[in-house]
Amino acid sequence: MLHRAFTLVAAMVCAAPVWAEGSASDQVTTFTLDNGMEAVVIEDHRAPAVVHMVWYRAGSADEPAGVSGIAHFLEHLMFKGTDTLGPGEFSQIVAANGGTDNAFTSYDYTGYFQRVAADRLELMMQMEADRMVNLRLTEDEVLTEREVILEERNQRVENDPGSLFSEQRRAALYMNHRYGVPIIGWRHEMEKLDLQDALDFYAANYAPNNAILVVAGDVDPAEVEQLAQKHYGVIPADPAVLPRQRTQEPPQLSERRLVMRDPRVAQPYVIRTYLAPERDPGAQEKAAALTMLAEVLGGGQTSVLNRKLQFETNTVVYTSAFYTGTALDDTGFGLVAVPADGVTLQEAEDAMDKAVAEFIEEGVDAEQLERIKFQIRAQQIYARDEVDRLARRYGGALASGLTVEDVQAWPDILQSVTEEQIIAVAKEIFDRRKSVTGWLMGAEQEGTL
Amino acid sequence: MRHLIGAVVAALLAVPAWAEIKIQQVESPGGFSAWLVEEPSIPFVSIEIMFKGGASLDLPGKRGATYLMTGLLEEGAGDLDARGFAREIEALAAQFDYDVSDDYLSVSAKFLTENRDEAVELLRKSLVEPTFDDESVARVRAQVISGLRSDQTDPDEIVSRAFDELAMAGHPYGTAYEGTQESVMGLTRADLVTAHRNALVRDRVYVGAAGDISAGELAALMDDLLGGLPLAGVDLPEQIDPVFDGGVTVVPFDTPQSVAQFGHEGITRDDPDFFPAYVLNVILGGGGFEARLMTEVREKRGLTYGVYSYLVPKTSAALYLGRVASANDRIAEAIEVIRAEWTRMATEGVTADELERAKTYLTGAYPLRFDGNGPIANILVGMQTQGLTPEYIVTRNDNVNAVTLEDIKRVAARILQPENLSFVVVGQPVGLDAEVQPQDG
Repeated sequence: MLHRAFTLVAAMVCAAPVWAEGSASDQVTTFTLDNGMEAVVIEDHRAPAVVHMVWYRAGSADEPAGVSGIAHFLEHLMFKGTDTLGPGEFSQIVAANGGTDNAFTSYDYTGYFQRVAADRLELMMQMEADRMVNLRLTEDEVLTEREVILEERNQRVENDPGSLFSEQRRAALYMNHRYGVPIIGWRHEMEKLDLQDALDFYAANYAPNNAILVVAGDVDPAEVEQLAQKHYGVIPADPAVLPRQRTQEPPQLSERRLVMRDPRVAQPYVIRTYLAPERDPGAQEKAAALTMLAEVLGGGQTSVLNRKLQFETNTVVYTSAFYTGTALDDTGFGLVAVPADGVTLQEAEDAMDKAVAEFIEEGVDAEQLERIKFQIRAQQIYARDEVDRLARRYGGALASGLTVEDVQAWPDILQSVTEEQIIAVAKEIFDRRKSVTGWLMGAEQEGTL
Repeated sequence: MRHLIGAVVAALLAVPAWAEIKIQQVESPGGFSAWLVEEPSIPFVSIEIMFKGGASLDLPGKRGATYLMTGLLEEGAGDLDARGFAREIEALAAQFDYDVSDDYLSVSAKFLTENRDEAVELLRKSLVEPTFDDESVARVRAQVISGLRSDQTDPDEIVSRAFDELAMAGHPYGTAYEGTQESVMGLTRADLVTAHRNALVRDRVYVGAAGDISAGELAALMDDLLGGLPLAGVDLPEQIDPVFDGGVTVVPFDTPQSVAQFGHEGITRDDPDFFPAYVLNVILGGGGFEARLMTEVREKRGLTYGVYSYLVPKTSAALYLGRVASANDRIAEAIEVIRAEWTRMATEGVTADELERAKTYLTGAYPLRFDGNGPIANILVGMQTQGLTPEYIVTRNDNVNAVTLEDIKRVAARILQPENLSFVVVGQPVGLDAEVQPQDG
């Protein structure tokens, strides 16, 4: 399989294995500051480096209506300075200390991180704590940076029909939830974002009681706690920052189907996404079954879809199933098929549906399930080598409403998933009324719906 | 005992003040050598293998043969068909990645200590005994064609192809190593067998390993894994002097944001001026927000989300390249700013403050690269392909610190050629004085 040939589809679908890495509970320590800021420390003493991250429980799905993209825009503006740091100085100081820094915004969270030598941890905490409450912005900076995020949207979305298609499909999947709005924002709303929008989102969400600290690397947990107390512990909790209250989906009663044509599409494909439950604190069993279902159906060369659609019938050149369980609210379970030459999208879609129906009849191949479970166990070994990823897993889970205990219980819950549970969850999830089917094709390609 | 353990030259190098990266140079009885960092705390090993030559070894008229062949290594080998092979990998929870670029075919593997022998045997089959059966060839060929079709309407791909073709026509570098739809359709099984025979050879292989394995075990592993490969392959392609006329070429493509690649001749890795050139590039366009291109094009003017420049010392040519993307009505200004910065750097060099900041960044960031078995194995194999010695990791930061303002000024004047800085722009750019390349569908 040439992964590169399908980077466009693959990037959209899921880059990493669909299961979260292991718990490595012996490496992990936690504490909570009096102001409500939670902390996770992951030890790895093999190299004298550390990654320092602060996650806010505030993502694009927490934006007020009409200012889509403000969470991500604020993430950019957080590098523009504070009472004591000039524009860009934050990153300059990190670089001058031999470190790298960046940030990311998702539907459920915004995160900031630095990788530095372990003895520079305190400086990172000092600066990150500073910008949690002391951000200073000017009109000019905001206007110039707005041009940057518009170019970012051009690069990531407008120049890529697959990304535009993905936006359209999400907007159709979520009828009332903010997950239907793109993280980067709708262009017409981005063009009007201003200084006040940014400051409002900052005031409503950035506070220690809405933040999670993750420190991973060559550190002593007691020392991290002491430093965190000194720099983050002195910031008072902000009672105005409230737990998230989001609009939720109504019952979904009607299947949605989309066709998007764009002359820049050379290789058509079909994607179906079903609304699916996410991992919930203390109740991850269904999400675990869905995770295993995605793996059994479309996780690799020996998956059911690959076998039926590629090896046995040559219907597709690529197929996959994807599910991302780590989310605060209802997420999606997807199936994708890239038809082989001479196969229409309708034929590919029908073959995909037929393969899923047969799978539900035939049941799970016990040997395949055992291989997947062994890979999950192995992943717990491999994961110890990549503490940065482990740090992101913990941060992402905690920012999505899960607890450290949930993260650590996850591998065992995956191991306990049975063949019957996988089939049961498949029967439950594949309900067309709660789905969006999208066809992406070029201007002239054939296809009827 | 199946294997005698060869000489293990343990050049135990501890880098001052930070990680103890102890590189062992391992020689196997079969004549293979490897660099190893033994790290037994997690029970798996990462191995990086690189074969010099890569897709540049494609024979005339057979463009894409090495790429398709590489895609087929895991699609059936020895007594296993594609699915059988995949089942075995999954059952062992091993991870094998096969990749090819202009100059190297590379294999990244990691596997558990508990089933290392089985994993090595499986990897061996894929490297030494790939079957290239008709069914797999047809399947993977269809994947490649599908990818090539998508590339034709992807501005990022169009721009690099057009740029390479302008600068390096007539050399393998002048065309995409994935081949064209036509060339890939024409490849036969015999072509793939030849490509395999030419690319995976013993005298062009480099090995780096890190993790839970001893020098003796690694020596035996290499003999098992690679001993069945032929000794020597075909000649590498000739050196080429790329051509840059300093102009702007537009490839019309209907998309809102223009994507530009720019560049001219670069500097080879073994050039005595490589270190000053490397530091110079960090200050000019190397990634961080502090780089001049990022400051001028993005931070001050908001013309782009990202602009970068990078030295590309390839086997047969040295290039100095960059990328930027701006809305169609703003790309002309972005190009103007980049040209101005190129000229300013060529004539003025850098300030003492900029040099100091680049040095602290580079020297501080270097040890952070050694963060895991995979990255370490990768660094070890990369150093070997660049002709470095293990001592390099100890002296590297000293070499960075030794770069002076005068060095930068001299090297800037030598390698930056504003008059030759050529741009290829894909999109519908407005207000560019450019030659427009006809579209060839």
